[in-house]
Amino acid sequence: MAPTLTVRVRRHILNLRLTVDLGQVLVLFGPSGAGKTTLLRCLAGLDRPDSDSLIQLDQTVWDAPGVHVPARNRQVGYLFQDHALFPHLGVAANVAYGLHHLPRQQRPARVAEALTAAGAAHLHDRPTRGLSGGEAQRVALARALAPQPRLLLLDEPLSALDTPTRLRLRTELRRLLLAAGVPTILVTHDRAEALALGDHIAVIIDGRLHDSGPAEAVFNHPATVEAAAAVGVETVTTGTVAARRDGLVHVKLADHTLQAAQDTVGFQEGDRVLVCIRAEDVALELPGPPRATSPRNHIPATITAIHPDGPLLRVALDAGFHLTAYVTRPTLEQLALAEGSRVTAAIKAPAVHLIPHLP
Amino acid sequence: MEWEAIELSLRLAAATTAILLPLAVPLAAWIAFARNRVTVVVEAIVALPLVLPPTVLGFYVLTALGTRSPLGRWWQELTGSTLAFTFTALLIASVLHSLPFAVQPLVAAFSGLDRRLLEASSVLGRTSAGSLIRVVLPLSKAGAATATVLTFAHTIGEFGVVLMVGGNIPGQTRTVSISIYDRVQAFDYATAGRTSLVLLAFSLLVLTSIYTLQRRQKGAVWPRP
Repeated sequence: MAPTLTVRVRRHILNLRLTVDLGQVLVLFGPSGAGKTTLLRCLAGLDRPDSDSLIQLDQTVWDAPGVHVPARNRQVGYLFQDHALFPHLGVAANVAYGLHHLPRQQRPARVAEALTAAGAAHLHDRPTRGLSGGEAQRVALARALAPQPRLLLLDEPLSALDTPTRLRLRTELRRLLLAAGVPTILVTHDRAEALALGDHIAVIIDGRLHDSGPAEAVFNHPATVEAAAAVGVETVTTGTVAARRDGLVHVKLADHTLQAAQDTVGFQEGDRVLVCIRAEDVALELPGPPRATSPRNHIPATITAIHPDGPLLRVALDAGFHLTAYVTRPTLEQLALAEGSRVTAAIKAPAVHLIPHLP
Repeated sequence: MEWEAIELSLRLAAATTAILLPLAVPLAAWIAFARNRVTVVVEAIVALPLVLPPTVLGFYVLTALGTRSPLGRWWQELTGSTLAFTFTALLIASVLHSLPFAVQPLVAAFSGLDRRLLEASSVLGRTSAGSLIRVVLPLSKAGAATATVLTFAHTIGEFGVVLMVGGNIPGQTRTVSISIYDRVQAFDYATAGRTSLVLLAFSLLVLTSIYTLQRRQKGAVWPRP
């Protein structure tokens, strides 16, 4: 049973209500300074929200008028941005730090188990100093998981890492979190990270909740203008890697196969991926005999809606999956586009971004 | 040489350090980590002995311990003897007088700690006291050593407070510094000179060891992954 988190928090700029069934990974997404970390710290008990706030996990009340359960009694795991490993303790002692409730003879087994779960078993006997960023990250995750917390809270878990490590760990972190099976709330301002790691996304801007729902729904249909600006107008949909050829990844998507010019390393046939296409990168053509053009992808689609969006028009398309395109007003008139028109969406291969996403 | 006085001073310094440090650690932790209006006032009170003339502190301690005060009367009923002009009185005064020398190095060391480590400790289920013992103190070794050495050395060098509270009873309250004063009053410059030289050498040794400690602390970089 997924636990239900009920939050009604006010503190500084933060002022939001959120009730959510914590499935696997809930992502708190939004620009820097939006109050995401403050919310995470309130959940952990590290910050105390204003007195009229409420934080409740299932039947356990953590914050309410006159109630504030201290962090040490909440049984949550917290991953700090810079890991915050204890520098005077070795890796094993760091992981064992929260196990004081466990009988002494059971602790070594639990430490080994947590390190394995975080993919860090080989670091067991290492001192903390000298660990690389990625290694420290795994040890910190093991330390948070070891006491078997009710809730795992991760504050920008990948931001302290260099880019290659971040990309590698992104997919792996998702795998580790799913395997650990602890309901997880994760803060990030990175769209790709939010998509790669999250199942459910809550968009927080200026301390307010702007949208909340399954990742694809939030990215495809942002609830507010601010949320749309934060996530970008982008098509996000699920596909399967069909083949890797000529430096292109072929992705099966509804009845179509899209070609993505992306580093093929890290993609296996049959992998589930999120396919992201920005609306600016989708060109519309009238259907006709195939011509020699540079875009690799030509997808027949039907226009379902046309909305003005600033100087442009945002065109919603049904191509067997939901797709959004931007066109100018002259284009609209020249091509005589209207709701119900049949068009061909042309997308260059480099504009198709793939993000690995385990189910 | 006034061996009896030197021995008494060492005993007083050791006892003062042993009593003061366990009090100073939680006090310093509270000042360093709570940081509110109350801690500022407490910090000022702790620093008072640095600026007050020792005679003022001595005067108040003497008044508080005398037979007219409730504390002095209570002590007399309990033990049958007066508290003023005893080794115990000297010890109480020394603890108060050396307070800033124990607390301030600890506050400085604690304040330099990454607060995130304390938060990590509390999320992992530890109480403030547990975090203090397991995280704060092990990472503040140089600060704790400085506090210990300074407290010990400062007690050895006390004069005004001792004179006010302890007087000059050989084997009871006659410390090194009093004995030097006493020798000079008696025109025994030779003995005063020899004892002074011992104190001078001791103080130099103490300060050298503190600066060595601090340099080593600066050199040891915390691993920030």
